[in-house]
Amino acid sequence: MSNKLRKLVDKVKPHFLPGGKLEKLHSVFDGFETFLFVPNTTASKKGAHIRDAIDSKRTMSVVIVALLPALLFGMYNVGYQHYLAIGQDAGFWSTFVYGLLAVLPIIIVSYVVGLGIEFIAAQIRGSEIHEGFLVTGMLIPLIVPVDTPLWMIAIATAFAVIFAKEVFGGTGMNIFNVALVTRAFLFFAYPTHMSGNTVWVRTGTTFGLGGGTPVDSYTGATVLGELATASSGNIQVIDVVGNPIGFWDGFLGLIPGSIGETSTLAILLGAALILFTGVASWKVMLSVFTGGALMAYVFNLFGPDTAIAHFPWYNHLVYGGFAFGAVFMATDPVTSARTEIGKWIYGFMIGAFAIIIRVLNPGYPEGMMLAILFMNIFAPLIDYYVVNANIKKRLKRATKKA
Amino acid sequence: MSKLMSAKTKEILLGPLAKNNPITVQVLGICSALAVTAKLEPAVVMGISVTIIVAFGNVIISLLRNTIPNRIRIIVQLVVIAALVTIVSEILKAFAYDVSVQLSVYIGLIITNCILMGRLEAFAMSNRPWESFIDGLGNGFGYAWILVAVAFFRELLGSGTLFGYQVIPQALYDAGYHNNGLMILPPMALILVACIIWVHRAKDKELQE
Repeated sequence: MSNKLRKLVDKVKPHFLPGGKLEKLHSVFDGFETFLFVPNTTASKKGAHIRDAIDSKRTMSVVIVALLPALLFGMYNVGYQHYLAIGQDAGFWSTFVYGLLAVLPIIIVSYVVGLGIEFIAAQIRGSEIHEGFLVTGMLIPLIVPVDTPLWMIAIATAFAVIFAKEVFGGTGMNIFNVALVTRAFLFFAYPTHMSGNTVWVRTGTTFGLGGGTPVDSYTGATVLGELATASSGNIQVIDVVGNPIGFWDGFLGLIPGSIGETSTLAILLGAALILFTGVASWKVMLSVFTGGALMAYVFNLFGPDTAIAHFPWYNHLVYGGFAFGAVFMATDPVTSARTEIGKWIYGFMIGAFAIIIRVLNPGYPEGMMLAILFMNIFAPLIDYYVVNANIKKRLKRATKKA
Repeated sequence: MSKLMSAKTKEILLGPLAKNNPITVQVLGICSALAVTAKLEPAVVMGISVTIIVAFGNVIISLLRNTIPNRIRIIVQLVVIAALVTIVSEILKAFAYDVSVQLSVYIGLIITNCILMGRLEAFAMSNRPWESFIDGLGNGFGYAWILVAVAFFRELLGSGTLFGYQVIPQALYDAGYHNNGLMILPPMALILVACIIWVHRAKDKELQE
């Protein structure tokens, strides 16, 4: 199978080489070829290099696989919330198919727009196509509400890829996480479609499936939304039809929210894979959770008398985008800190800031996005000081000996 | 006319519009470019005000240039600008009150606009009044057109209007279109200025670093 594929690729290859008929599309061809087969040039043949079949395309593929549990669960949950809201029981498969049809257009738009820009940018630069958008394109659908209009996603994706990535020099050169810039753009440009009570659960039909009137007890708010707008200090959080929910509901994830962020369980499955393969840093992940838990605990003890400050610290970790951000966004190897001590500081600050924003600013019930973008700016600074401190320490040791 | 517009004066007038633009090339006066460009009307008024002040400030300083003691020249320049800014501000309050409210402190802050001090110090102090006047006009226009260009896109995409008139048809809103709230926020002005700089440098090879 793979031999046949190799032969096919080799057969069409001459057309794309300089002098061939399709010379202009060389970078496109190269993108596909290196996606299918590990190029022979990952490490130079001469000299003392570590030779490894893993290059960044393979790394990206691992992350995509790790995102699958969250994606599939997210699809099911979109359908589940829909049928829950309209008070019907549709059975597993129609629930899933409803969600699949609702989410698929978003994925397609995200990939078509993002990869389109990547291909054009690669042609202009005359370089090979960067693989970074493979993961970004999958992250974007997972962090938006299901009812976000497709044209908004297209504009936001285009903006993020051009202004957060290509102008900095493409994959690996960006300062900010591209998927989060997409979400930040949506959040600030179209706030009515990214927050509030009407965007998280689709109550209309999807390609003729489902549809109905929401039941009387229906509220479309997310848990963090409920907490941000609550007037009293201690409230019982509820799901979309008014049933009380707790830690385990948040952990399993059958709650309203952005498509891929709701299920901490599915996210942890993905986390296990990227940790096992060594793609992501466990230090960042662990320190994000630690920072968040500690900060939330501090607010539990000494915080202001608001519902969100009283929200138990362990619940903070499973509701909203906290877990998703910690596992898939904070660990982005390009935008996170790279020194080992730096990773601890970077992760801890993300967790702490996310909770601070959640609790102290009711306008932004979801603090994770802003916390990560904020710390993206500081990652190079953290690294700089960690490296300098190390140099100083070693210099001291060296001069002492002499 | 030929005497008035020699090749050199032409260069003084037209240079700041593109090759030597105060905002995109010298990167001066950025703060006001961010602050007043959410709508076209204040941007246009701001552009005109700055053009008038820098042109006449240049003339006055140029006339005085041989009598200003070198050690206190900055103070003298500031007094001249402050006087002109106050006049413009009072005129706006009298005849265009709404706009002057929208511009709020930014008219007063023209005093601190780097373009003014820059032109007075760099040009008017060492050139004759007529050239100084032309230089002031050129730099004022160079500043104004960037402001208007940025404000055009910000108002069109952020509010769907131009000069306060609805230009994006209601039918489009009914079809699901929304104004882009980010355009109203200051960061977008920075990004738009950056885009203008981008296009400008891509076209003009001399400016590339």
